[in-house]
Amino acid sequence: MKVLADIAEVIRSKNAGPFVVTFDILFSNEADFTAVRTAGLVTRQAVAELYGVSENEMLGFDYYPFARAIKFSIRRPVGSGAPGDSDVYGAQQHAPLLDLPALP
Amino acid sequence: MIERKSDGEFVVVSCGMLGYGFPEASIDAAVAAGVDLIAADAGSSDPGAYYLGSGKPFVSEVMTRRDLRLLIKAGAEAGAPLVIGSAGGAGGDGQVDFLLRITREVLAELGLKRSIAVLRTELDKDVVREAIAGQRVQTFETFAPLSPDDVDEAVRIVAQVGCESYYPALRGKPDILIAGRAWDVANVAALPLLLGYPRGLALHMGKILECGSLAARPVAGSDLILGRLREDHFIVEPTDPAKSCTIASVSAHTFYEKTDPVMLAGPGGTVDLRGVAFDQIDPRRVRVTGSAFHAADTYTVKLEGARLDGHRHICIGGVRDPVFIRQLDDIQARVVERISEFQAGSVDPSAYSINFHRYGKDGVMGSWEPVRVPAHEVGLLIDVVAQTPELAEIVCAGARSVLLHVGFDGRKATAGNVAFPFSPADMPGGPVYSFNIYHLMEVDEPETMGRLEIAA
Repeated sequence: MKVLADIAEVIRSKNAGPFVVTFDILFSNEADFTAVRTAGLVTRQAVAELYGVSENEMLGFDYYPFARAIKFSIRRPVGSGAPGDSDVYGAQQHAPLLDLPALP
Repeated sequence: MIERKSDGEFVVVSCGMLGYGFPEASIDAAVAAGVDLIAADAGSSDPGAYYLGSGKPFVSEVMTRRDLRLLIKAGAEAGAPLVIGSAGGAGGDGQVDFLLRITREVLAELGLKRSIAVLRTELDKDVVREAIAGQRVQTFETFAPLSPDDVDEAVRIVAQVGCESYYPALRGKPDILIAGRAWDVANVAALPLLLGYPRGLALHMGKILECGSLAARPVAGSDLILGRLREDHFIVEPTDPAKSCTIASVSAHTFYEKTDPVMLAGPGGTVDLRGVAFDQIDPRRVRVTGSAFHAADTYTVKLEGARLDGHRHICIGGVRDPVFIRQLDDIQARVVERISEFQAGSVDPSAYSINFHRYGKDGVMGSWEPVRVPAHEVGLLIDVVAQTPELAEIVCAGARSVLLHVGFDGRKATAGNVAFPFSPADMPGGPVYSFNIYHLMEVDEPETMGRLEIAA
């Protein structure tokens, strides 16, 4: 089994405005991108489960061949910088994706 | 009327964040390349609502002055206008004044005479109240409608204006344009749009250039980036000869900081990247074709408003006792309960909130954290936000002392539960703001958004 960290070139999270965090998984070549897509392990459901969020809080999940990328976003429980927020830039929310199974 | 150059090319150099710095060699290279426009973004909503609420500049005056001096000098040498948007971080009137003052001081130091236009985009609250009454405000990413109470509570409201709002200022051909809150793309794209370049290409180029050299590799510190726009394509290239733009670096940046990487919504419509092609024309440069644009039925601008949530006082401590760490959730709840008991009658519990950031447990990810086993030691940050600085200090001190001595099941260490690195253990964190307005407002005439001033 291979996890995303073994295959992807970039795995990152960042604010997309103060109320949404967006996640990018970028591959360095077509073959890796296609292999992960075909394996069907990295899915909207898998990601929602990983972060413990409902379908409602997930905003989009898609494979983008033109950029060899997977992208999805999640609504923040607390707005950026508001009381109770833990990551103003949303840049450290990617870590659980590193260990997500991607290839059997 | 402003006209295109005879060779049909429009060259823009872009600074992703005014005051983050860039190598001097990069701006020299841009001048040598014959730039037609120097674009600089000076703000973002990314650092939170604090800068909009407090009016404080996001980047220090010293660093802002450093970058500004180089860009102003380059603009004079190249005969190119300098366009700066989102002045001071959030683009409020006071932050525009801050940037205008530094600009004037730099011009005086350099002995240069350059014309300055100022476009203010802070809104009178009545404008927003009327828009609500006229049902011209749309719910956006807060997923809640805007109420007149939100407007009352906001300390300051700005409109993030689009390219069209820059046109009246740019038609006057100022050497320097300082704008309040603006779409970062507008700094790059407004002038070429006014010259008649295709909308999809100009806006897409603006989107790629707006974060400076983040679209180049290696990503090492902040730097400038250059775009060459023509009728049917644009080319992205780094100003630093040691850097390269690759298909991967440019297409990846198209993804950055937005939810939909193919349809980029902005003031006035959507950039459609479904038909985009990236070509590596040489080792350092990428050509982009096929970016399209669809105008929206109604033109909207984003409103941003900041509310004062209170004043912060914090305490930092560490916990190493495994019995304590296992019961942290319970202990924490008990601390909050105790404080309200102790302070009953003297402090209203609705006048403050206590958050525990638990580094080593879920301090970074909170409810999104899938790892539920805490580390062998946990950093505790007690974060109190209260109606007044004094109350925040009182509640924080109370939480700290209760936490230090609170009992728990199986406790062996009866002398104290927390290791504090500092004395005093508590410190003030200043006022706390959040975005209470983040909505779209419909605008009939975008060119009249903002108040244009010609500064002498």
